[in-house]
Amino acid sequence: MAILVIAEHDNASIKSGTLNTVTAAKKIGGDIHVLVAGANAAAAAAAAAKIDGVSKVLLADGANLAHPLAENVAPVVVEVSKAGGYSHVLAPATTTGKNVLPRVAALLDVAQISDIIAVEAADTFVRPIYAGNVLATVKSADAVKVITVRTTAFEAAGEGGNAAVENTAAGAEAGLSRFVGAELTKSDRPELTAAKVIVSGGRALGSAEQFSAVIEPLADKLGAAVGASRAAVDAGYAPNDYQVGQTGKVVAPQLYLAVGISGAIQHLAGMKDSKIIVAVNKDEEAPIFQVADYGIVGDLFSVVPELMSELSK
Amino acid sequence: MKVLVAVKRVVDYNVKVRVKADGSDVDIANVKMSMNPFDEIAVEEAVRLKEAGKAGEIVVVSMGPKQCEETLRTALAMGADRAVHVETDAVLEPLAVAKLLKAVAEEEQAQLIVLGKQAIDDDCNQTGQMLAALMNIGQGTFASKVDLADGSVNVTREIDGGLETVSLKLPAVVTTDLRLNEPRYVKLPNIMAAKKKPLAKKAPADFGVDITPRLTTLKVAEPAKRSAGIKVASAAELVAKLKNEAKVL
Ligand SMILES: Cc1cc2nc3c(=O)[nH]c(=O)nc-3n(C[C@H](O)[C@H](O)[C@H](O)COP(=O)(O)OP(=O)(O)OC[C@H]3O[C@@H](n4cnc5c(N)ncnc54)[C@H](O)[C@@H]3O)c2cc1C
Ligand SMILES: Cc1cc2nc3c(=O)[nH]c(=O)nc-3n(C[C@H](O)[C@H](O)[C@H](O)COP(=O)(O)OP(=O)(O)OC[C@H]3O[C@@H](n4cnc5c(N)ncnc54)[C@H](O)[C@@H]3O)c2cc1C
Repeated sequence: MAILVIAEHDNASIKSGTLNTVTAAKKIGGDIHVLVAGANAAAAAAAAAKIDGVSKVLLADGANLAHPLAENVAPVVVEVSKAGGYSHVLAPATTTGKNVLPRVAALLDVAQISDIIAVEAADTFVRPIYAGNVLATVKSADAVKVITVRTTAFEAAGEGGNAAVENTAAGAEAGLSRFVGAELTKSDRPELTAAKVIVSGGRALGSAEQFSAVIEPLADKLGAAVGASRAAVDAGYAPNDYQVGQTGKVVAPQLYLAVGISGAIQHLAGMKDSKIIVAVNKDEEAPIFQVADYGIVGDLFSVVPELMSELSK
Repeated sequence: MKVLVAVKRVVDYNVKVRVKADGSDVDIANVKMSMNPFDEIAVEEAVRLKEAGKAGEIVVVSMGPKQCEETLRTALAMGADRAVHVETDAVLEPLAVAKLLKAVAEEEQAQLIVLGKQAIDDDCNQTGQMLAALMNIGQGTFASKVDLADGSVNVTREIDGGLETVSLKLPAVVTTDLRLNEPRYVKLPNIMAAKKKPLAKKAPADFGVDITPRLTTLKVAEPAKRSAGIKVASAAELVAKLKNEAKVL
């Protein structure tokens, strides 16, 4: 049995979600091969070869793969998975994985199992449904199991591998889509889904200015990533990729601070697996307190500055 | 230019579902059902394209039991012109839904097919991508902006690092994200008018599509509950607890 992991990368390096996905592959058991589909991506392939547990890296390198357009990447994955006779095809459940992998599944005429959080057997997996309020154990009857992996549910694989890198065909330009541009949020902070500490702000911040003035210094002090509730993102206080929740990012840091967030189930779905949750809210009845390990009832505009000065001591 | 919108009937987002005592499934008998919120955004986008003179007829389609008619009527009240109900009591996985949607899209010759990025019950986030694959057309998933031009559509997508814009040849599939628009409230006269709009009935067999599920749910369970912790009186106490008790600082 061999498992194909689709790497997420920026052509130069491997993104952390790939490491968690390799760990999920190890739980399934079998040879683990990693596919790097990109343009001038030899450096990313070399990095993939060092991941512990990986026995082979396949590099599909072509201008048509410069951006991970699903229309161009999916056929490459399908070709590689057919040629290699893989039993499983895995990708991290990031926006890239979620975009590409269902396209692969449909081309292979198999179901996709989305966002798994545990491996019970080579054909049986656990996945959350209904905003994480229910865990379903599902068994697949398909010959090839196409799976996206919730990265926070699996440890990151370490280094120590020494896999061979082989070239494979990059396929043709599908001619269906074109990359026009990107506006990426610039930040020196850790990436949300991999961060050890997260400070999230909600609607209570009241404006983009106050969001940055209150949340960001606290995050900087803690070396934390910044998150937000949907309400804060919808109102324009924070960029879209800060949204934590059922329909945003799922995070599980060591410490999650929810500041001025009520704790709607859609928000909890994205953070309730955090190790320690701290809530700051002026309403002592706010549902966030039902999941918080430590709560402070009070006005965030005075609590956060106090917290800042305590942390400086 | 014809727009096809897929709408799914799901448990309302305010309902906290419970697992049946035997752990075989979730208990959704007698709970409030609504249109999947992302599909409301999809219908709204189609209606806005039509109001801007960029789209012609809007056809809405739903797969599932008899009660999907209500969901379709809501979409008609929002401004869709016509509905297709593929009626079945069978369990439909995203691949089966995508195959049925492909059949409908081809029959309708739709140029733009709009779906929600995910249904809030199963949270699969697959159907639109599968549909685009089966039709061999482009996909603009997690859309926060849709710009329709002649023969192509520019879609701005919400991705992990921020936003990305792609240009797709038509026909194309678009799946909606939360920031695409804010769906309108339907007014009573529109609800009345929607009752008169055409709603065609089909069955999966009409399309010769195999809808056999590929997955079996062995069991469902509620995750371990987090219990509420303690309230602390001050920032100083909090920092002390985080350092000495939780040891996360
Ligand atoms: C389809 C769908 C998907 C969704 N997906 C997500 C998702 O992925 N993520 C998500 O977060 N939400 C999501 N939501 C939205 C969710 O239901 C809530 O509306 C949202 O999480 C509320 O954000 P909030 O807690 O910031 O705002 P509110 O609920 O308005 O809460 C603000 C809180 O701040 C407190 N407060 C006010 N002023 C102060 C102050 N000065 N000091 C301290 N506390 C103060 C209030 O007591 C209140 O508890 C989704 C909803 C739908 C329908
Ligand atoms: C293991 C398993 C068990 C299931 N058990 C049941 C069950 O007991 N009862 C039951 O009724 N169903 C059951 N289903 C089917 C399930 O409810 C969904 O219809 C199906 O899995 C589609 O997933 P999704 O809606 O999360 O897809 P997503 O890919 O998240 O949906 C994205 C979009 O696709 C479109 N779409 C999806 N479904 C439809 C539809 N039916 N009609 C129109 N548009 C649609 C919508 O635009 C939606 O926003 C089960 C599915 C699985 C995988």
